[in-house]
Amino acid sequence: MKTVVMLVDDEVPFVETMTKRLAKRDLTVISAHSGPEALTKLDKEDHVDVVVLDVKMPGMDGIETLKEIKKVHPLTEVIMLTGHATIETGIEGMKLGAFDYLMKPCDIEMLMQKVQEARAKKDKHNEKIAQARIQEIALRHGV
Amino acid sequence: MEIQPYYRALMRNMMTIVILVSFAPLLLISALNGYRFETSYREKVIAHLMEVVQKHQQGITMFLNDKLAYVLNLANSVSYDQVKNETFLDQKLAILQKSYGGVFVDLGVVDDRGVQVAYAGAFKLEKADYGQTEWFKKAIKQNYYISDVFLGLRRQPHFIITVKQKHEGKDWILRATIDFEVFNALVESVHIGETGSAFIINKAGEFQTKPRLGPKLILEFQQKFLGNQQFNAETGVNKPVETDDIGFDTVQKKTHGDRGISVGKVNYAGRDLIYLTTPLKDEEWILVYQQEDADAFSDLNQTRNLSIIILVIGGIGIIVMAFLLSRKMVKYIKNADQGKEMMNEQVIEAGKLASVGELASGIAHEINNPIAIMVEEAGWIGDLLNEEDLGKCQNMEEFRRALNQIRTQGTRCKEITHKLLSFARKTDSRVREVLINDIIEEIVSISGQGAKYSNVKIITHLDLDLPKVGASPSEMQQVLLNLINNAIDAIGSGGGSIEITSRRNGEFVTIDVADNGQGIPQAMMNRIFDPFFTTKPVGKGTGLGLSICYGIIKKMGGDITLNSSVGMGTTFHVHLPAPKSENQSHQ
Repeated sequence: MKTVVMLVDDEVPFVETMTKRLAKRDLTVISAHSGPEALTKLDKEDHVDVVVLDVKMPGMDGIETLKEIKKVHPLTEVIMLTGHATIETGIEGMKLGAFDYLMKPCDIEMLMQKVQEARAKKDKHNEKIAQARIQEIALRHGV
Repeated sequence: MEIQPYYRALMRNMMTIVILVSFAPLLLISALNGYRFETSYREKVIAHLMEVVQKHQQGITMFLNDKLAYVLNLANSVSYDQVKNETFLDQKLAILQKSYGGVFVDLGVVDDRGVQVAYAGAFKLEKADYGQTEWFKKAIKQNYYISDVFLGLRRQPHFIITVKQKHEGKDWILRATIDFEVFNALVESVHIGETGSAFIINKAGEFQTKPRLGPKLILEFQQKFLGNQQFNAETGVNKPVETDDIGFDTVQKKTHGDRGISVGKVNYAGRDLIYLTTPLKDEEWILVYQQEDADAFSDLNQTRNLSIIILVIGGIGIIVMAFLLSRKMVKYIKNADQGKEMMNEQVIEAGKLASVGELASGIAHEINNPIAIMVEEAGWIGDLLNEEDLGKCQNMEEFRRALNQIRTQGTRCKEITHKLLSFARKTDSRVREVLINDIIEEIVSISGQGAKYSNVKIITHLDLDLPKVGASPSEMQQVLLNLINNAIDAIGSGGGSIEITSRRNGEFVTIDVADNGQGIPQAMMNRIFDPFFTTKPVGKGTGLGLSICYGIIKKMGGDITLNSSVGMGTTFHVHLPAPKSENQSHQ
């Protein structure tokens, strides 16, 4: 199963090229150009594994979007793209549940690696949840 | 240098105001009080002198009347025949002299032709002929007569009292001579001050008594006084024309009515003389009281002189104080202005740095995205090239090289923008109490690895008794890291050492970062903290590191300085303000 990545950035050309490049690397890419758009699309397509989210966007910024995403889709992993590498922004994002952060412009291989890691983490979570369900069901039946 | 005249004008204005404000009331009060005091004091002194003169006049008049009365009494009580007898006359003289002391010198009886019929006294004047004398001519016409002072036959100054009597249809005259010395002593008995004296002159200006003052002065005074006099018909008193009228006439009229005392002032030979005159002996004589003005008002003058001395000393004091005070104030203002100017410069400098930072971060943000896109596009081309079968393409290698170059340059741009952003970004600038040594050790351990590659040894000399310093740890780290990286760059590939020293320096804690690298040329020293100033080759440095350090240290209230000599190395000194209290606080 292909990893589904959602790319959120207000810079359209960046999103377009990135989409192409990531698609070439065997990912399914959904693009969005603002926070609200990203949230709507996430609602529609439930199987997004990783969101690559730009921090600095007009209107709803990356941090707010991250909060919303984590509220609604807690299992979806988020990788932050920051314009400037400050420890503070990074730490704040991590506190809010982001998987990692990368500096723009970022190396595509680096991004790919992070995406894979995030996907792996998500899978692990999902697996745990599935196991827990199974156990729960098993217990229920056992009772 | 327009600044100097401004301060001089300021000082002048301050001095003028202080002096004016201090002097104006002082002078006004002094003048007013002085004038009032002088006027009333003069009035008082003059009134006192008038009193004295009047008393004296009364005394003299009484003396004369008394003697006249006695002679009258004698003349009335004896007959012509009796007094012709010289023995009788001698007896009468003896009685007179016994009861009046030496006042009466002699007695004489003169007939209507002026021949002395009988005489009693010390001078042999029997049968003397007075027919042609002035006094006889006047005496024969009046019932009694007091003469002016004259020398007479005995060649000694004296004056006489005569009483006319009738005997068998013929007049005869009883004549008594008054001792001049006694009379003189009486008149002179007024002594006030050093120069106050009284004397009598007749209408012709001849002295009737010997004045106490030097004869020469009196002579000149006499000329001055009588030579310019006009006869005052109203009071019968000689009043000099040159009287410096000081308003005493009103006093005179008020107090003494028709027996008025004239008060005047004559300037004689540079001396002001005041005098009081009053008529005597049916206005035939004038009693003159004379005193030097300076003597009469000596108390007043002394007081005035003292006041003037105090005023002058006080004035000098005020001027000196005004000068010193305004100089001090102006100096203070000047210093404050200079401080303000320096502060302004610093504020401007800081503002410049801040605006440069803001501008830089704005640009960095804007540039970051296009660069990201460019790099991604290049990456995309790279991806596509991998996919296409372009093995035949001769320029394949060139394409790859170009794409790599784009990526490399994009990364370089990224580094620049990241540094620019960190120039203005908000770091954790919360100030805490930190141990500088801990931060130094931390940074040294971080940069130690990099330094090893460059063959640089980092040596630390840490003062373990340093107090805690109020600083932001992350900012301090940034500063030290920057300085150490700069030092490593300055040493270059040849290798060397960096010495980091922490020490107490008065009110500051100082960190020295010394390298033995290439050093900084003198010409570049002032620009070293300017943003975007760099000596590193293009692409190696942004010129922001030291600028950031400078901003951080200044913000903490510290300072950053450097010593450098080309070829020997560079030492940066970071001075951080130490807390006021000496005791180190423990958490």
